[in-house]
Amino acid sequence: MADLFDGIKAIGTGFSTTFRHLFRRPITEEYPEYKRVLPERSRARIILTRNPDGGERCVACYLCSAVCPVSCISMQSAERPDGHRYARWFRINFGRCIYCGLCEEACPTSAIQLTPDFENCRQDILSLVFEKEDLLVDHCGKDPEYNFYRHAGVATPDGGKGEHIGEDAPVNIKSNLP
Amino acid sequence: MTIYSTLFYLLAVLILASTAIAVTRRNMVHAVIYLVISFFGSALLFYLFGAPLLAALEVIIYAGAIMILFLFIVMMLRMEGLEDRLFPLKQWLPAVGVCFVYGMVLVMLIVSDTTDAPPMPAAAAAPATFGQFLFQRHWLAIEIVSMLLLIALVGVLRLGRDAGGKTRPESEVAQ
Amino acid sequence: MSNWIAGFIVLMVKIAVVLGALLLSAAYLVWAERKLLGRLQVRLGPNRAGKFGLLQPIADALKMLCKEDIVPSAADRVIFLLAPAVVALTALLMFAVVPFGPPIVLWGREVPQVVSDINVALLYVFALSTLGVYGVALGGWASNSKFALLGGIRGAAQMISYELALGLSLIPVVMMAGSFSLVDIVNAQAEMPYIVFQPVAFAIFVIAAMAESKRIPFDLPEAENELGAGFHTEYSGMRFGLFFIGEYVHMQVLGALTAVFFLGGWRGPLLPGPIWLFIKIILVALIMIWIRGTLPRLRYDQLMALGWKVLIPASLVNILLTGAFLLV
Repeated sequence: MADLFDGIKAIGTGFSTTFRHLFRRPITEEYPEYKRVLPERSRARIILTRNPDGGERCVACYLCSAVCPVSCISMQSAERPDGHRYARWFRINFGRCIYCGLCEEACPTSAIQLTPDFENCRQDILSLVFEKEDLLVDHCGKDPEYNFYRHAGVATPDGGKGEHIGEDAPVNIKSNLP
Repeated sequence: MTIYSTLFYLLAVLILASTAIAVTRRNMVHAVIYLVISFFGSALLFYLFGAPLLAALEVIIYAGAIMILFLFIVMMLRMEGLEDRLFPLKQWLPAVGVCFVYGMVLVMLIVSDTTDAPPMPAAAAAPATFGQFLFQRHWLAIEIVSMLLLIALVGVLRLGRDAGGKTRPESEVAQ
Repeated sequence: MSNWIAGFIVLMVKIAVVLGALLLSAAYLVWAERKLLGRLQVRLGPNRAGKFGLLQPIADALKMLCKEDIVPSAADRVIFLLAPAVVALTALLMFAVVPFGPPIVLWGREVPQVVSDINVALLYVFALSTLGVYGVALGGWASNSKFALLGGIRGAAQMISYELALGLSLIPVVMMAGSFSLVDIVNAQAEMPYIVFQPVAFAIFVIAAMAESKRIPFDLPEAENELGAGFHTEYSGMRFGLFFIGEYVHMQVLGALTAVFFLGGWRGPLLPGPIWLFIKIILVALIMIWIRGTLPRLRYDQLMALGWKVLIPASLVNILLTGAFLLV
């Protein structure tokens, strides 16, 4: 008998809860009218960022292309006369991209980054293929200081090997003395 | 030919054809469906004769309850192994015997003179009259039949418990 | 002959009005259900098509009509195509015996406000309701898919189990009214609706009716999170739509039957009969939606135990008690 009473009470509580919900303000955010600001690190449209001094960060190392699980990134590497590598062309097929962010994790130069801009739908699927000029932006993205060639251990106009930030002097590989 | 006799012959053809198809189908589900169509036809026939109560009962009990149970079993069993098997003579003989009895009854019905007798006076009655007739005149038969059903129910329950080794919910047994 | 033709025209008009009203209100019942369910779950519900989403049913119907009608290659083609029609047809036909008002006099002829008043109306309703099981069971079987087959078998088992409780719960009503005709049953409630005398029968009937129309908490045949969509997993386009229409028409018919058997049918003060019946149907439907928004789905053994161990014994005892009271 006590069980019966408890059961009726439990069911009654449930019904009164849903009934009170009728008079609560819905928590729905109506999307096209109200756009919630997404967190900075949420993963959507991919960009190619630049150095603080304005140069392209991408050194066309193919790591993003290799790690991409759906193979949507492709590029052709080239080298400038001063020894800087760059991508002659760089292409991301957003029709295939799954926005997993592995390319961003693989990138040694912080060049390829994902942005919170997710409104990226097109009627024509071919217009979802983005070329380098569509991807390049004029800012540093989430990493405002980093410049790969200041840490790379490669000789640049700023200094020789071992003279950049956080670099040790080159090891003499011909000698086994400490 | 009046509109009623036209309807009668149409229904008769429907019933005969669907029953004939039902007993010749190899696909059990199709056979069940044709049998349901045949029951439906007989229900319409009852309605045509002015016995809506019998028509409704025919649909509820035969088409609705019994054939659904058949369908339930047939859907759960895999009948692929039986596709090309011919039935042995042992099963044919009782079938032929029953057919012979039914044939005799049919011949007797056709031969007997029914011009004056009103068709099925009990069936054409209103539900209340029908019920009173059944339960006041034939109450003993009804009780015996219900006793039989009860015994069958208890038997099924017992069989179900024994077969499972341990007790199973009655819901499964009652299926 | 002219009498016969006039009767025929009146009948056709009645059928057209009833079918039109049923289908239109089925469409808007879907809207009401989605809207109310949304609010019960602190959501908004459909609000894009038209003001308050009022054009949503029309948009849905257009979408379903434009979709491809896919028949799985391993399906049993004829049965697969016919099964949705069986479900929708039996649900629509059931309304034929529901009276929606007192007889009115039109051009010197007395026209009863019911499509067909037969003396076995209640049995007719049950006959159609049992036939509706075929649509579910055969649709599930003919799809030749495991999910659909399981849904179909569950549907068949559930519906025959609850049909018994549904039928037994109405026997006290028939005993009190002394007739199977729904018109007579409504007339017998002229003074007091039967819910006052038969609250137990009313509760059993409503529970069994919800199980019969496969609604949450009894939606095991289509349990989304275990069976895909159950018996209609393989259906697309308007054939799926027919199952959907069947479900919502069924809901209205059961609402109408609840009104007829327990709430006094079309009877009520001030307003005309059809409007009272409509109000009562909507009331029952809203309560069903509220229940859907509150209760979780039952487990299969709980469903069977509720049907066989609670509802059927309770309705049998109820019949016995009613009989005793009627004798005294």
